[in-house]
Amino acid sequence: MRLHGTKVPHKKNTAGMKPVEIELPKQVVIPMAMHIGKPASPVVKRGDLVKVGTLIGEPDGYVSAPVHSSVSGKVVKIDEISMGMGVKVPAVVVETDGLQELSGDIAPPVVNDYEDLIEAVKNSGVVGLGGAGFPTFIKLKFKDFEKLDAVVINAAECEPYITSDTRTMLDNIDYLNKGITALKKHMGIKRFIIGIENNKPKCIKKLREFFSEDSSVEIDALPAIYPQGGEKVLVYNTMKRIIPKGGFPLDVGAVVINVTTLAFIGEYLETGIPLIKKCITVDGSAVKEPKNVIAPIGTPLSHVFECAGGFKSEVYKVLYGGPMMGIAVPSLELPVLKMTNAVIAMDKKEGAPPVTTQCINCGNCLNHCPLKLDPRAIERAYKQSRGEDLEKLCVDLCMECGCCAYVCPAKRPLVQTNKLAKSVLRNYINKKKEEGKNE
Amino acid sequence: MNKLISSISPHFNSTITTAKIMLDVVIALIPAAIASVIIFGFRALLVIGVCVAVCIFSEWGFEKICKKQNTITDLSAVVTGMLLAFNLPVSIPLWQAAFGSLAAIVVVKQLFGGIGQNFANPAITARIIMMTAFSGSMTSWVFPDASSSATPLALISKGQTGDLPSYLNMFLGVRGGCLGETCTLALLIGGAYLLIKRVISWHTPAAFIGTVAVMSFICGKDVLYQLMAGGLMLGAFFMATDYSSTPATKWGKIIFGVGCGLITVLIRFWGNFPEGVSFSILLMNILTPYIERLTRAKPLVGGGKV
Repeated sequence: MRLHGTKVPHKKNTAGMKPVEIELPKQVVIPMAMHIGKPASPVVKRGDLVKVGTLIGEPDGYVSAPVHSSVSGKVVKIDEISMGMGVKVPAVVVETDGLQELSGDIAPPVVNDYEDLIEAVKNSGVVGLGGAGFPTFIKLKFKDFEKLDAVVINAAECEPYITSDTRTMLDNIDYLNKGITALKKHMGIKRFIIGIENNKPKCIKKLREFFSEDSSVEIDALPAIYPQGGEKVLVYNTMKRIIPKGGFPLDVGAVVINVTTLAFIGEYLETGIPLIKKCITVDGSAVKEPKNVIAPIGTPLSHVFECAGGFKSEVYKVLYGGPMMGIAVPSLELPVLKMTNAVIAMDKKEGAPPVTTQCINCGNCLNHCPLKLDPRAIERAYKQSRGEDLEKLCVDLCMECGCCAYVCPAKRPLVQTNKLAKSVLRNYINKKKEEGKNE
Repeated sequence: MNKLISSISPHFNSTITTAKIMLDVVIALIPAAIASVIIFGFRALLVIGVCVAVCIFSEWGFEKICKKQNTITDLSAVVTGMLLAFNLPVSIPLWQAAFGSLAAIVVVKQLFGGIGQNFANPAITARIIMMTAFSGSMTSWVFPDASSSATPLALISKGQTGDLPSYLNMFLGVRGGCLGETCTLALLIGGAYLLIKRVISWHTPAAFIGTVAVMSFICGKDVLYQLMAGGLMLGAFFMATDYSSTPATKWGKIIFGVGCGLITVLIRFWGNFPEGVSFSILLMNILTPYIERLTRAKPLVGGGKV
């Protein structure tokens, strides 16, 4: 069986461009919620002096991550910023002093065993850098090593435009190797599969040459069919195993980790500098000079775009991430986050939502869904609030990759409908549970 | 500062649109339209013109009266008009052609909700309505030189096999029949175009034509003749592949095609009518929701063996 998907334009315009460090912004805004889970709680106050790498937010609870200052300077405000879609998060605003002095606390971690490794990964502040932002140390923390057959390194980078993972493989392969070595040494992992789309021949060649002596690392060049980098899709295509609905990769003996995340772990083990800057792709039809940049976390997007020559036409829509799953931001003052791998600015022609017409029942959506859902039927069931049917149609399985909406000739907003249908289903299930209790 | 637009992903869309799909179908129908003019004379063009014009006008008028969004630019009414004309004899009185077009658009398509919502193929249903209403003019097959000829399938069912046209004439379409159904060559060119452009998938036509071929062989009939006669090619490539009224799943399409083939053969060999393609498609249209439910893919929930 082959999973469906769709061919999307690659637009990897920046693949050959080495990232450049951007000019230091005057001020950075560092949100306390740059991960899945509870926001970190700020441990600095207004007027405090911070240096590069100073801890400014402590993890709050188990599923959380520490946050560090990306610049040296003075805390001017503990603010609450709006991330759009009604989400507000606390943020530490730091005025830079331009010196970029490293914090005295920074030292390479001493890692002698598995516990040390987990502690180090946790302290590094790293989260899933592919875009999901799940705290990485939790992913690596499990009791039963027997269950784990392989670590799948996600290097698919299937979204259009984005090339920051490409740059990791070309520029930081030594750090990637360090990450792999650490996992091998302290977790006893014997098999690593690097899943990569075959539209990156340079990376594939480099990886194959670099790991030619290492039999534990397999390079799996996969067809460039979106969404190759979706966790379920990647695990199926590399290991032929299906992650059960509501389950985790570990249920089928796998851990999936983004290539840049693993390379960062390698880097942290060597330098001890926590996650304070990101390589991001700046591209899109409105950007004058598309390029890869290295930006301190918290840099306002407006500053990032200025460093890419500004806009060549009126900017209409700006995205965190790629065009298929990226999030449209409400303001250019929002900052670069830990899991930001690209910022895309679109002009009106590229970014305008298409005109929606009536469904013609062509079946493109269901014939392109990697998870074999029927978005057409889900749309009908959603419109009539039929929770029971939505449950049968497994709308909660949807990963919102956007294939259905992409291939729809009537341009129906199927991802939006699926999101809404999920909440209808949740209500239906809660109601069913309550009724069950009352009886 | 510029105002930024917020919307839910994806922020890219493919360039495919309903109008482009319908335009491809129109393009695919053009070879058969040209063939019909060559074989049956200029009146063929007149019939096509009337059907297309009335289809567009009724769609526009109905939507105007019901204050619905105007959809004539999606070209689906043009497709319905062409297909209906292809299913009529060239000598059909023009008012009857106009009546059929009105019925196709208003009764079969718009009253059920317009494009994508109709459960039956508008052109086929209108043809069947017309066969019942105007049975005389719907079964008179006249050539440009005023000679008339029964359709090959009618000859076979009457046992007059001596008067049958040659294989070559069958392939080129020089025979009695509806104006767009006779030229196998032109229909194959159009069908191939739709397959290459991926407007249709091979499943339905292959299952439909394959079933007729196999059943004809089993029943001891002339297989090639059965494939080229009647409206099989037109039906298999252009009518049984209609999106709204046929299943969207792969296995659904195969079941649909096999069902169409079986009913066609049943009517041709044992029924009262010489031809059964229209009825087979209409009957299978009715079964479409059930076929879809039966063949819907199981979502990738995992937990079992691959």
